[in-house]
Amino acid sequence: MTKKIKNLNLNFGPQHPAAHGVLRLILELDGEVVEKADPHIGLLHRGTEKLIENKTYMQAVPYFDRLDYVAPMNQEHAFALAIEKILNIDVPIRAQYIRVMFCEIGRILSHILNVTTQALDVGALTPSLWGFEERETLMTFYERVSGSRLHANYFRAGGVHQDLPAGLENDIAKFCESFPKIINDLENLLTDNRIFKQRNVDIGVVTKDDALNYSFSGVMIRGSGIPWDLRKSQPYDCYGQLEFKIPIGKNGDCYDRYLCRIEEMKESVSIIKQCLSKMEKGPIKTFDGKISPPSKKEIKQSMEALIHHFKLFTEGYRVPKDEIYTAVEAPKGEFGVYLISDGSSKPYKCKIRAPGFSHLQSMDYLIKGHMLADVPAVLGSLDIVFGEVDR
Amino acid sequence: MNNLIDLEKKINSELTTKINKTSIKHNQIYVEIDKEDLIDVVLFIKTNKDIKFRQLIDITVVDYPEETQRFKIVYLFLSHEFNHRLILSYTINEKELISSLTSIFPSANWMEREVFDMYGVNFKDHPDLRRILTDYGFEGHPLRKDFPLTGHSEVRYSEEKKKVINEPVKLEQNYRNFDYESPWEGTKYIKEISEINDKKN
Repeated sequence: MTKKIKNLNLNFGPQHPAAHGVLRLILELDGEVVEKADPHIGLLHRGTEKLIENKTYMQAVPYFDRLDYVAPMNQEHAFALAIEKILNIDVPIRAQYIRVMFCEIGRILSHILNVTTQALDVGALTPSLWGFEERETLMTFYERVSGSRLHANYFRAGGVHQDLPAGLENDIAKFCESFPKIINDLENLLTDNRIFKQRNVDIGVVTKDDALNYSFSGVMIRGSGIPWDLRKSQPYDCYGQLEFKIPIGKNGDCYDRYLCRIEEMKESVSIIKQCLSKMEKGPIKTFDGKISPPSKKEIKQSMEALIHHFKLFTEGYRVPKDEIYTAVEAPKGEFGVYLISDGSSKPYKCKIRAPGFSHLQSMDYLIKGHMLADVPAVLGSLDIVFGEVDR
Repeated sequence: MNNLIDLEKKINSELTTKINKTSIKHNQIYVEIDKEDLIDVVLFIKTNKDIKFRQLIDITVVDYPEETQRFKIVYLFLSHEFNHRLILSYTINEKELISSLTSIFPSANWMEREVFDMYGVNFKDHPDLRRILTDYGFEGHPLRKDFPLTGHSEVRYSEEKKKVINEPVKLEQNYRNFDYESPWEGTKYIKEISEINDKKN
């Protein structure tokens, strides 16, 4: 007598701690081997793109914080660059250094979260406890500069909102001295750890061709050995004047991606140090009164400044009719903004290209033939944040 | 091709009849084609050894409700080898079917599902055209310009029925869209009134 064997369908998430948010994954299992994975997304869909179409350019910035909420300023950067390119305005050099510095802080924030939670998913608790203490320090830097730990709303078209408060530069410099030791500690716990390696080496391998075909970017493409980083290949702001290396992987598995992230954190620390040493006193936003609001002092003295202030915060600035795509190297990959302006003070269309969207899409390809226990490991190394996947 | 101008020339000379218009702006090349030529053009720019746009970055749609060719479909491509970006676009009317790119770029799968979900544009030969971002059982296409910002229905838990229910949106106050036209130019409705008055006189 033959026995009929039916594949088992398993519903993973949306309330599973290893789902990194609100992912619902329908898995088809043959025994313990995954045959098919069908991610259901959209549980965090808030219609960001629709909302942005109904807000002025300045009011749209905070929506970008809420996309990839572990590295908020990197996303604001893409939007600010898009407007700057259309308006054709120059950003003062100090503002460029401040922006790059905070983008690198964002990168460290994101990579700490990812590396430590990936370790948590495969059974190591300590890294997350050590790593989150550092994230807390970094978020106080965010708070001191923008007033908010997470949703900064700090970058503007033409610069940043405010100058750094007194003493912040010193504290960031101190952090740069102490942080490499923490990276070392994390590496001591994980890099040669037998269990961590067993769970990650040769899991979720991506070949070079597939990395291109599946629209991968960031660590996902570098882990497979393609040296591609927008900070180097299409430098924006002052990245062209800074020296840093692009770590790349060899095998394209989860372990290589982990190594890339660790090395990138070290490079980020060096970029922050360079920014601090090269930064000089100066303006932090463009002087164009039609785009950046005047200071409080000017408003008290000049009628024109008062009018500008009023117009900027009611109508907002107008952006001439144009169409542009700008991308930045966010911690998770290429984050892009495709902006269509129609001459009014609101974007006609603003399409957000989130790296996590195309990474998660490949879940079926990555996990096919792996064991059920590998699902959290692969998911962890994809670096998914649902704010940006669902938008 | 290391130079954008050479690249534009190359695309124009190889695909003469298929290209409607090309231009270079913001260090990117913009190409306009017809709907029917999509697959040929994409295959060419992906495989030609001097161009090699081997990565599809995104697919999106721009909605112009007042035009007959209502939707502008936009494809963003990236070439790692030559470090160029290309923006490919064509227009269709509301009911037209367009070809799917899933056989050339597997990553087009979700991007096209998103376009279908958000704009209601239909694809032929797509392996799995379902809604992706909106809720199960959602109706309408949210990113169309005629879809209201607040949507049509809201969800709440009903104590009587002991389950989550869908209801038409009830707002205490409608979404307010202020008219901030420059005071020197005058707002539209005042202009219209004054024009009517002028005619009367």
